[in-house]
Amino acid sequence: MLEVESLAVSYGAIKALHGIGLRVGRGEIVTLIGSNGAGKSTTLRAISGLVRPAAGSKIVYDGTSIASRPPHEIVRMGLVQSPEGRGVFPNMTVEENLELGAYVRSDRDGIDADREKALSLFPRLKERFRQSAGTLSGGEQQMLAMARALMARPRLLLLDEPSLGLAPQIVQVIFRIIREINAGGTTILLVEQNAHMALKVAHRAYVLEVGRIVMEGPAAELAASDQVKNAYMGRHA
Amino acid sequence: MDSRLGPAPPRAHWPPPRAHEQARGYYPPFTVLEKFLQTLMDGLAVGSLYALIALGYTMVYGILKFINFAHSDIFVLGAWISYATALFAGYNDLDPAAAGIQAAPFPVWVLYGLGGATFVALVVAGIPKLQGRPLSESARALLLGVTWAWACAGMALAARVLQGAGWSIVGGGAILICSMLTCGLVGFTLERVAYKPLRNAPRLNVLITAIGISLLLQNLGQLEWMFGTRPQGMPSLLPDAVLAEIGGSRPSPDADWTVQPVRIRLLDVIAAGTAIVLMLALDRLVFHTKIGRAMRAVSFSERNAALMGIPVDRVISFTFVLGSMLAAAAGFLYAQKYTKLGQTADTVWVLLGLKAFVAAVVGGIGNIRGAMLGGILIGLLEFFGVAYLIPQLRDVYVFGVLILVLLVRPGGILGSTAVEKV
Ligand SMILES: Nc1ncnc2c1ncn2[C@@H]1O[C@H](COP(=O)(O)OP(=O)(O)O)[C@@H](O)[C@H]1O
Ligand SMILES: [Mg+2]
Repeated sequence: MLEVESLAVSYGAIKALHGIGLRVGRGEIVTLIGSNGAGKSTTLRAISGLVRPAAGSKIVYDGTSIASRPPHEIVRMGLVQSPEGRGVFPNMTVEENLELGAYVRSDRDGIDADREKALSLFPRLKERFRQSAGTLSGGEQQMLAMARALMARPRLLLLDEPSLGLAPQIVQVIFRIIREINAGGTTILLVEQNAHMALKVAHRAYVLEVGRIVMEGPAAELAASDQVKNAYMGRHA
Repeated sequence: MDSRLGPAPPRAHWPPPRAHEQARGYYPPFTVLEKFLQTLMDGLAVGSLYALIALGYTMVYGILKFINFAHSDIFVLGAWISYATALFAGYNDLDPAAAGIQAAPFPVWVLYGLGGATFVALVVAGIPKLQGRPLSESARALLLGVTWAWACAGMALAARVLQGAGWSIVGGGAILICSMLTCGLVGFTLERVAYKPLRNAPRLNVLITAIGISLLLQNLGQLEWMFGTRPQGMPSLLPDAVLAEIGGSRPSPDADWTVQPVRIRLLDVIAAGTAIVLMLALDRLVFHTKIGRAMRAVSFSERNAALMGIPVDRVISFTFVLGSMLAAAAGFLYAQKYTKLGQTADTVWVLLGLKAFVAAVVGGIGNIRGAMLGGILIGLLEFFGVAYLIPQLRDVYVFGVLILVLLVRPGGILGSTAVEKV
C-alpha cells in the first residue's frame, strides 16, 4: 500500500534521513520505533508532503508517486496523519475539530455517521463535544486527534507518538483503540518511542537510528531481540 | 439623484475644517444634545470605515503574522477605481452635481474591454478543447483574470443603465462591486507575486517588501495615465437626501453666519448599513462556514491545517482577496462621503490607513471582532476628542490611545482574552 525507497530529507545543512526504505502492506499495523531525534517524525512529514524529500527519494502510495504532491492532495487520497503533539486546534470546539477532520469530504450523511462512530469509539469526547479543545486533558486531546484523523476516512493512517506524555492507563486505552481501528480495515503506520507497547500491537516493525533503518522484521521477533530490548525497552520491559 | 426625500444637502469635505473654522464652532449645532448627536454620527460613520480596513490588516496578520502595509493602498485604490469606473459608466455626464469633472486619463475601458473580449474569445475557442482535462494553474489564473474584467465591464455598463433609469442605488452598488472585485484581484496578485515567495523568509524581509509594495502602488497611481497627481471630485453614485433634521437653522450668536441643524442623511445611513452588512457577513463567514473554519485553522497552524486536507495556499489567497474587497468597499464609501479624492500618495490617505491599522492593534491584532470594535472605537475617540477637547490634536488622541492600550493590554482589547484568531 505504501512503499518508501531511499528517502532522504535535510533541514538546511542538517541531514535528518539518509535514504531509508520501508513498506506497509494493506491491513497491517507497521511500527517505526527509535529514540528521540532519530528522524521518525521527519519520515511521516515526508510521506504527508509537509517536507520536501531530496531528489531521488521514492514514496509510492497505492501505485502512485506522491513524493512531490502537496499535503492536501495526499489527504484526499486517503493518507491521513495524526501529528506529533496532537495538533488539535485549541481555540475550536471538539465538534469543530472533527468537522475539520472531514474537510476533504462533502457527503453530509456519511460525515454525520462517521462522527457518531468516532464518538462511540471515544466516549470521552462525546461528553466534551461543545468544549473547546484547549481545555481537554492530554489524553483527551490525543483521542480527539485520532478521532479527527478518522473523520477523513483514511485508508492509511499515520500516527506520530500517540502515547507521548500520557498516563499508563490512558496509553493502554489508546493502544486498544489503535487495534480496533485496524480491525475495522484501516492500515496503520505507527511511530513510537514506547517500543514495548508498539511492538505488542504491530505486525511488523522498523528500527530507526539517526536517520537510518538499522533493523526490521516481524514485531514479535524484534521484541525478543536483545539489541532492541537493551536499546529501547529498558524502561518498559 | 432621488429627490423625493428632499433636496440633497451640501457635500462634506475632508479633512474637516481646521483651526479658523473651529474657532467659531466646527460643530454648528449648539445645544448639548445636537453636538453630541452630530459627533456620534460622524464618529460611527468614519469608525465603521476604519473597521472595514482594519479587518484586512488583522486577517492577514492572523494567518501570515506580518503587517501588510500595502493594505491601506488597496483602500485608496478602491476609492480611485470607483471613481474611474463611475466615469467609465458615464456618471459624470448623468449627474449634474458632477458636471465638469475632468475625466481621469485612467483607461478603465481598455482594461475592462480587453478583459471582456479575451474572456469571450477564450470561451468560444478554448473551453471545448479543455473539456475533460483539468486546467493548469496559470490557465486558471488567466481565466479568473478575464472573468473578473468581463464581470466588471458588464457591471459598469449596467450601472450606467440603472443610473439612467433612476435606480441610482443599484447602479452605485454595481460600481461598489466592480471596485471590490478589482481590488480583490489586485490583492490576490500581490500575495502571489510579492508575498508567497517569501512565505518562509524572515518576517523583516516580508515587512520591507510590504512597504515597498505600498510605495509602488502609491507611485503607480500618480502616473498621468493612471489617476494623476491632481485631486478629483467623486461623482455621487448613491442617492442622498436629508431624512431628518434635529434643530432648525438659525443665526449664530454673533449673527454673522447661519447655524446648520444636525442632519441625518440617507447617504450616511446607506454607508453605515453597507459597512455593517459587510462586517456581519464576514463574521458569519469566518465563524459559521467551512471556508471560515479553514481560515481559522490555517491561522492557528499552517502545517496542521494542511494535514486536514485544507489547501493552505488557496485559503491564504482567499484571505487576501477578502481583506482587499473590504478595503475597497471602505474606499468606495469614503469617497461617497468625502468627495474630494486626493492623489494616491496624499498624506490624508496615509493617515487614514495608519488609523485603521491602529484600530486593528487596539482591538487585538489577529482578532476579527477586535478589528471591528477597534475601528468603531478609534472613530468615536477621534471625533469626540475633536469636538470636546482640543480639536487640533485629532491625531494625537488616536495614537495616544494606542500607546495606552499597548501599555495596559499589550495584546489589544480582545487580543489576550479571546484566543479566537484569524
Ligand atoms: N524543523 C526542523 N529544523 C531543523 N532540524 C529539524 C527540524 N525538525 C527536526 N529536525 C532535526 O531532524 C532530526 C530528526 O528529527 P525528528 O524527525 O523530529 O525526530 P523524531 O521524531 O524521531 O524524534 C533531529 O536531529 C532534529 O533535530
Ligand atoms: Mg518525533
